[in-house]
Amino acid sequence: MINFLCKQLYIIWSQLVTLWLVFTHIFKKADTVEYPDQMPYMFPRWRGRIILSRDPDGEERCVACNLCAVACPVDCIALQKTEDENGRWYPEFFRINFSRCIMCGFCEEACPTHAIQLTPDFEMAEYVRQDMVWEKEDMLISGTGKYHDYNFYKIAGKAIGGKGKGEARNELPPIDRRSLLP
Amino acid sequence: MAKITVDGKVFEVDPNNNLLQELLSHKQDLPYFCWHPSMGSVGSCRQCAVIEYANDDDQRGRQVMACMTSPREGARYSMDKAHQFRAQAIESIMTSHPHDCPVCEEGGECHLQDMTVMSGHTYRRYDGKKSTHNNQNLGPFIGHEMNRCITCYRCVRYYKDYAGGTDFSVQASHNHTYFGRFQDGSLESEFSGNLAEVCPTGVFTDKVFSKVYSRKWDLQSSPSVCAACGVGCNINPGERYGTLRRVVNRFNDEVNGYFLCDKGRFGTGYVNSAQRISVNMSRSAHDARPSEITPVDAKAKLLAMKGNAIGIGSPRASLEANYALRALVGKDNFYAGVSDVEFGLLNQVIDIYQNRPVHIASIKDIEKCDAILVLGEDVTNTAARIALALRQSVKNIGKEMAARIKLPMWQDAAIRTLAMDKKSPLYILSSHATRLDDIARQVHIGSAADSARIAFAVAHVLDSSAPAVTGLSDAEMALVNSIATDLKAAKHPLVVSGTSSLEPALLNAAANIATALGNGDQRGNLALCVPEANSLGLMLLMDGSQNSLGKAMQSGARQAIVLENDLYRRAPSATVDSFLSGLQQLAVLDHLQHRTGEAANLVLASGTFAETTGTFVNYEGRAQHFYATFKPVAAIQSSAKWLCDSEFGNEPRIHILTGGAAAILPNGYKLQKLTPGADWTFAGQRAPRQHHRYSGRTVMRAHLNVHEPKQEQDEDGLMNYSMEGVPATKDATIFNSPWAPGWNSNQSLFKFQKSAGGELKQGSHGERLFDENTGAKAWYAAVVQQAAISGFAQFPIYHLFGSEELTAQSEAIQAKATGAYVALNPADVARLGLGASDGVQVQHNGAVPYLARASITPGTVGISVGLHGLNYQNMTTAGVSLNKAANWQNPKDWRASNIIVSDAGSSSAYGRGTQG
Repeated sequence: MINFLCKQLYIIWSQLVTLWLVFTHIFKKADTVEYPDQMPYMFPRWRGRIILSRDPDGEERCVACNLCAVACPVDCIALQKTEDENGRWYPEFFRINFSRCIMCGFCEEACPTHAIQLTPDFEMAEYVRQDMVWEKEDMLISGTGKYHDYNFYKIAGKAIGGKGKGEARNELPPIDRRSLLP
Repeated sequence: MAKITVDGKVFEVDPNNNLLQELLSHKQDLPYFCWHPSMGSVGSCRQCAVIEYANDDDQRGRQVMACMTSPREGARYSMDKAHQFRAQAIESIMTSHPHDCPVCEEGGECHLQDMTVMSGHTYRRYDGKKSTHNNQNLGPFIGHEMNRCITCYRCVRYYKDYAGGTDFSVQASHNHTYFGRFQDGSLESEFSGNLAEVCPTGVFTDKVFSKVYSRKWDLQSSPSVCAACGVGCNINPGERYGTLRRVVNRFNDEVNGYFLCDKGRFGTGYVNSAQRISVNMSRSAHDARPSEITPVDAKAKLLAMKGNAIGIGSPRASLEANYALRALVGKDNFYAGVSDVEFGLLNQVIDIYQNRPVHIASIKDIEKCDAILVLGEDVTNTAARIALALRQSVKNIGKEMAARIKLPMWQDAAIRTLAMDKKSPLYILSSHATRLDDIARQVHIGSAADSARIAFAVAHVLDSSAPAVTGLSDAEMALVNSIATDLKAAKHPLVVSGTSSLEPALLNAAANIATALGNGDQRGNLALCVPEANSLGLMLLMDGSQNSLGKAMQSGARQAIVLENDLYRRAPSATVDSFLSGLQQLAVLDHLQHRTGEAANLVLASGTFAETTGTFVNYEGRAQHFYATFKPVAAIQSSAKWLCDSEFGNEPRIHILTGGAAAILPNGYKLQKLTPGADWTFAGQRAPRQHHRYSGRTVMRAHLNVHEPKQEQDEDGLMNYSMEGVPATKDATIFNSPWAPGWNSNQSLFKFQKSAGGELKQGSHGERLFDENTGAKAWYAAVVQQAAISGFAQFPIYHLFGSEELTAQSEAIQAKATGAYVALNPADVARLGLGASDGVQVQHNGAVPYLARASITPGTVGISVGLHGLNYQNMTTAGVSLNKAANWQNPKDWRASNIIVSDAGSSSAYGRGTQG
């Protein structure tokens, strides 16, 4: 009996405290913001709208290796490799169907050149679903995005315009195949 | 069989094989690089290390290379204990690997990637400088990226030792080792494309594919058969975004094994050509403007011709398409769309196969033969894969020597050293020097008729009951005797001939020799090359009917349906002109625009081998089924489907047509064994054409419409145009391309084979339609027709790149092809007064450039077949007169540097001068 009464008193007390807390909120600053007049702070590693970045030299970072496409769990990335006259690979087209994209970020993790990156921008609603299909021109930015220094072709051994054999990081000059000297 | 224990597991192995191959046969994951099932072991890569224990008490064991070890009965081995060594070995192999997998065409199907992961090397510790190499331009087919090399030596062992190439080698030493040519330039071997598959990493890649690159997992593929010649190699075409991207080898132990020729691999560009007929056109009269019509109207117009039209079949269309045409027009109105000469020759081939006691040699058989006579067939250019097989058969003498001293057959380097330059005998009787001359014991240059007389004489020497030949010179008799002696001494003698020399007596002579070589149950091997993918299939469908193309043109028909055929390649231009102008209604079904199609009232877009399902019958009468790789645009349909009327239910499934053809063909019941059955499913599902990692499914068509269409349906059954179904696992009956867990490259093939390098566990290697003839010996009379010749005696010259109609429309092939020309002896060049840049006016034909070749007999002229600028069918007389062309300028497509000749002491500036 005593137990029962104690419990009932506790419940009444708890509700009074709750009422008091709610009452005090009248005098506190609001948690909600006046979006879109007031923009929230988005963390840099937020997984939002996908962009394609450029390397520090200003060239397209994407080398059309297709790893993002194969990593994509909803198969919403398609691209086609092509190359310039000096052998540098780049995508002829690069298309993402954002109406399928689940913003999982697997593409960014798979990318060996830091080309594809997810950004804090989440404002991607459209009235027409067709407008959610984005091409390379829509995604390619002029900067390096989150990763400032990485330049894939400076490390890879493939020669491109402006970088010959043996000119990448940690490389010896090309061998002389007519010599047997050590 | 020997019992061995590996890591506690007991295996039954063949002690004559090496341990690596036997472990792979038991589907064990043991890494390797340099070993190849077709090329044996050299033990250079140190990847297949295992520990061998001396006895049960031995706890330490010693490290051996599995590929260089014969398994001992009762021995104990460990793969696990050598794991660390393998990781270290691959770590040192990788010290200079260039960190460019994302931009490497091999990525995703790279044996090096697979083996690196498998051996456990994951983190790069070496931070020294990497050695680098300059690349070479190896021509239009093969890309070169030397930095990726791991020096397994497979390329040079394949190119030089296996394929007999001379312009490729290993250079420099230690970590500077370099694999390439002496200087930049196009690879000369006709089998260079295999380098891309033989190389375990991305040093040699498919340059044609690289231009339209897609990862292996993104290619929709199906089992298919090459349509480029009569050999019928098995291929795996790959499609992406609606275009055919590449062709790779599909293993068939009895036909092509692991290798293809460059025409088959790089010659499919025509499927995506701008010349493709992709809409159906109709016009009321010859001179009216054609207008586009819907597929339904097109089919209605075509079927309206039933009852009035004759049908001209095609040796490059499938059995089903030819059968559908035959069913539509009736047997009596069905004509074979081959030249009249070829018609006779092909009938003769069938007669020989059916009625002579000979063994029809498959490529697997050819590789076993140890004495060969090549009769008037330039196999490198007409049936290239057979030439590669012949290059293996002359090595059998080395294997014989090795067997005598009990050297195991996988000891590749040892056997080569033992044999040195000894070769099994190979004789060539030809009208000009051929690319196989370097392995021949003796080459005899003479006309096809001369060759036939010599061959008849050989048959007579081998078996005196065969008809004799008189009037041979002493030198010719000496040749006859040495050929006969070598063939008689051989365990597996072989005669190779074919239709390309257009000489009926040659085929008879070849049959006589093969018959004469028979001895009791043992029959002589005979391989008769035929020109096109389904030449024999078409002729078998004729079912004894003598309806040749010439008869069709004289039939007075007012309506004709021409199936996948350009008649101007089959008959003299004037004859075709008068035939076509006499027609009121001409319907043509084909893939590419050509002259016959231009004259048609109704042009129907028909699917190529890559877009249709059907059956081809190859040179040995082997029927092989190919599955469509992808679905073309709606206007294009398979010829078989176009030609079906309501009798078959208008849109029948393909197996109904195959069944119809089977009722006509000899042993036709075997056709149903080619597939697991039209309603086959595995676990309730069909086999997928797409890899389980196929990407971009929800976006590849999204730029057209974001709402995804239903997956394409294949009404013929068996395979889906999607990822649905049981993927390529070890038990799949039909698989899109080989893949196994941990094995992404084509090396995964051993998981699908009964034993590593052996027969496939599932699938069909084709069905041979001709029964082995066990009848008594019978002979063809030694009659050689020889008409009086005025002017030059002509003979045809074929080119692997350019002579075949469809592949010649592929960009990659055009880069290696040339325009039409005539080949003359330098003496005749002088006699005609030709200067270095003069042209030759050919009687009944156009003016063309010439090529001086020392091997050509004076008074004869080699005339290129199928190349742009000449119609060989116009050469109707027994001789041809040649004159210097007036106001001559070499045409743009004349590229003499693409003609590789092997004439000793040729005055030609071309050929092997490029080696530097």
